[in-house]
Amino acid sequence: MSEPLSFDEAIERFDPVMGIEVHVELNTKTKMFCSCANRFGAPANSQVCPVCLGLPGAMPAVNHKAVESAIRLGLALNCAVAEHSTFARKNYFYPDLSKDYQISQYEDPIDFDGYLDVELADGTVWRVGIERAHMEEDAAKNTHIGGATGRIQGADYTLVDYNRGGTPLVEIVTKPIEGAGSKAPELARAYVAALRELVIALGISDARMEQGSIRADVNLSLRPRAATAAEQAAVPFGKRSETKNVNSLRSIEKTIRYEISRQAGLLATGELVVQETRHWHEDSESTSPGRSKEEADDYRYFPEPDLLPIEPSRAWVESLRRTLPEPPAVRRARLRSEWGFTELEMGDAVNAGAVDLIAATVAAGTSPAGARKWWLGELARTANERGVDLAALPVSAEDVAAVESMISSGRLTDKLARQVLEGVLAGEGSPAAVVSARGLEIVSDHAALLSAIDAALAAQPDIAAKIRGGKVQAIGAIVGAVMKATRGQADAARVRELILERLSS
Amino acid sequence: MTGLTRLSAAEMATLLRDGEVSSVELTQAHLNRIEAVDGAVHAFLQTLPKVALAEAKAADAARAAGEDLPELAGVPIAVKDVLATKGLKTTCGSKILANWIPAYDATVVRKLREARLPVLGKTNMDEFAMGSSTEHSAYGPTHNPWDLERIPGGSGGGSAAAVAAFEAPLALGSDTGGSIRQPAAVTGTVGAKPTYGQVSRYGLVAMASSLDQVGPVARNVLDTALLHALIGGHDPKDMTSLNEPVPPVADAARQGLAGDVKGMRVGIVQELGGRGYQPGVEDRFHEALEVLRHLGAEIETVSCPSFRFALPAYYLIMPSEASSNLARFDAMRYGIRVEPDAGPVTVESVMGATREAGFGPEVKRRVILGTYALSAGYYDAYYGNALKVRTLIQRDFENAWEDVDVLVSPTSPTTAFKLGEKLDDPLAMYLADVATIPSNLAGIPGLSVPCGLAPDGLPVGFQILAPARADAFLYRVGGALEAVLEDQWGGPLLDRAPALPVATEGADQ
Repeated sequence: MSEPLSFDEAIERFDPVMGIEVHVELNTKTKMFCSCANRFGAPANSQVCPVCLGLPGAMPAVNHKAVESAIRLGLALNCAVAEHSTFARKNYFYPDLSKDYQISQYEDPIDFDGYLDVELADGTVWRVGIERAHMEEDAAKNTHIGGATGRIQGADYTLVDYNRGGTPLVEIVTKPIEGAGSKAPELARAYVAALRELVIALGISDARMEQGSIRADVNLSLRPRAATAAEQAAVPFGKRSETKNVNSLRSIEKTIRYEISRQAGLLATGELVVQETRHWHEDSESTSPGRSKEEADDYRYFPEPDLLPIEPSRAWVESLRRTLPEPPAVRRARLRSEWGFTELEMGDAVNAGAVDLIAATVAAGTSPAGARKWWLGELARTANERGVDLAALPVSAEDVAAVESMISSGRLTDKLARQVLEGVLAGEGSPAAVVSARGLEIVSDHAALLSAIDAALAAQPDIAAKIRGGKVQAIGAIVGAVMKATRGQADAARVRELILERLSS
Repeated sequence: MTGLTRLSAAEMATLLRDGEVSSVELTQAHLNRIEAVDGAVHAFLQTLPKVALAEAKAADAARAAGEDLPELAGVPIAVKDVLATKGLKTTCGSKILANWIPAYDATVVRKLREARLPVLGKTNMDEFAMGSSTEHSAYGPTHNPWDLERIPGGSGGGSAAAVAAFEAPLALGSDTGGSIRQPAAVTGTVGAKPTYGQVSRYGLVAMASSLDQVGPVARNVLDTALLHALIGGHDPKDMTSLNEPVPPVADAARQGLAGDVKGMRVGIVQELGGRGYQPGVEDRFHEALEVLRHLGAEIETVSCPSFRFALPAYYLIMPSEASSNLARFDAMRYGIRVEPDAGPVTVESVMGATREAGFGPEVKRRVILGTYALSAGYYDAYYGNALKVRTLIQRDFENAWEDVDVLVSPTSPTTAFKLGEKLDDPLAMYLADVATIPSNLAGIPGLSVPCGLAPDGLPVGFQILAPARADAFLYRVGGALEAVLEDQWGGPLLDRAPALPVATEGADQ
């Protein structure tokens, strides 16, 4: 066995070519071919019927909403939408397929020939070609019990949950992605991230990679590096590996990186890359072979005789085109400029899933900077601690806007505001309710503050003298004493002003 | 009351409506008849006396309560064991489903229940509807009531024999390449394959989805039409079902029975006759044509040159689809589970051992054929070319419809052959369906009506084919033929069938 080459050396000697297949689970109310609920997390085998259990005699019927989602996704990916699209059976024996065939699309996918523009960190934009996007049903979920690997080989037994069986999927297949060179890993990640952002904007999927509602299979091959781009394009593709079910953006990038190094190591020592399916291991950050494609199934695709072709009218397709959201990249650029964020700030907002929340908070009257401060600060930390999405926190954009408005009107300090949000997050009610229940309103009573200041100055006459003598930095001790006396419910900046006023009079 | 079981379904319906007989009486009479003769005939895999009598009682109660009931309400029926019946074992004639109790009703079964037809039992069939003799049933063959040494046809030999033996006035069948019509022909009964999509396939355990069609089995043309009308119609659970009303088949049957076929253009399919056709079969067929000519139909001969490729194309398309449809019998969710005799017990080895033990030789033959035909590198040569032939056959029909309203032929080239005679010669067996297969490939409707006895004393079937959706034509022509022939015979052909040995004294005998 050859050792992997370093990434830099691998890229110097070889040109990587990628192909990415992404499965997106649609969030339709019902499954692809039956009326069972399409919902994650229900008790095992509770969302099943004769159709998705593949009982003898049961027949599939196409979910119109799933077709609509697939067409909208195709349009957003700049694809052509087929006038005549057919389903096919992909035949193979496996317990997660209740019929021992999967209803998919083969010859006439619903969407074909499109592209997605993907922006990298350095601002360059790559156009990733889309070969096709087709509809299919998901398989059931196997859980292999016993054995060392969690795979079926060596397991004592396997539990099958058919709830997932029949979930509508769209599989998006890229054209070969060439010429990315050392940026290939980043581009792979950015492409899947952009696709994820797109399906979220379309509202057609929950797009939770950790729950498997978006899954990526990444294909990679290397070919010898040529001197010019034109010469490079003429070099035939090498043998590829296909790494299945890579389930996070980070892993996608790492998988490509690892496969480039691994394959380069083989090729550099004259070994051959085996065309095979591989699996990504998060712990060792490496891939290992699954079954080799040579012994892989012949899927014996043929047209699904139980379903009629899908022939979407042009009028319907055009009416769906009118429902498309502003493309996420365009919207991001527009908001960044409207909000005056830096690239980095905007990137953080996107990664935290905070863009919509910030937008809603701004719409409720908060400044963009104010909205960003809360959503990417305190609230992002809380979400992280609780292990939930930002949007899942029990706090609304309106709550954040209310808190910010109390700060700017001088009713709350930042510190008090944090306590208010803490109360809201703890389910104590609206910001106003928390303020009144916890008695958090700022001490802005002039007379009360002045008497506290006078008491503090009297208690520390030496410090008062220092300040009078020009050593203004000594003021901290007096401010601290006043804050302590008001149990922190005074505006420290205001206290400082008042002390200076008092001493100069 | 004697002779109840020898009435037609329409006559039973009239008696029920007039309060002359109850559904319980009718059902009990048929259960008695089954008890008496089914030991010899073996039309049923399972009888359901309790269920049927309860349904009959409910039908009588509904009638007594003045409910608006469909014409056939209360008339008992037999159901081919390829249709899912909720809570009632459904085996498809296969060992692999020896213990399967469906959790749901096929749409046609639901329609029977809603129309209050008591279900007497599930009828025997070739395993997964693969065969022309019912000998491929894992539960033993059905015997032809005309001669117990002979086959009742297949795959729906059980349904046809049940009706021919007066064990049921009506039955449901399924027809993929002739499984309703060929048994009708060799048992002297009537059977129709409706236009593809006119009857829901939901709950019909699929053999070849693009060819399968559920249809009615009865003893005369009108009864067949009444059942056809009852089970037809759009079903949202079957995307291939036609979204339009069933044509007026019962009216057409009555029109034909009244002798009205004047001016109808009838085409003899030149390719469905001659070599391979028993002379006695051809004689009865041509005599029947003369009957139609006398009634004023215009008879001409039509050529369908691609029909000679129909059988080979069928034996690629059907097994291809069947190999996929039968994949689900993998021991994982229902049916029997068999562990391998030796070696590790893995998913693959259990699937393999179960399918080895659970499927009979004809099923295995077709699964292997189909798997091969769909394999990479062979697909175009086999499945792809078969689809082209299918298109050519459809074109032959289209051309024919420019000149004629219906096409006719003998339903099957021979009368019933002996049990065991063709069991070891699959190709000879397949030829029994040579005249019925083209209509399945084209999706058009077909009907078989009795047209007399061959010199061997066995029934001959007359097949009528019509354009898609023109099912009414079948019944008009079939009705006209039946009326005249029964006049000539002095009664239904089945009156001339020999008496069956009776095991016990049934109430109806």
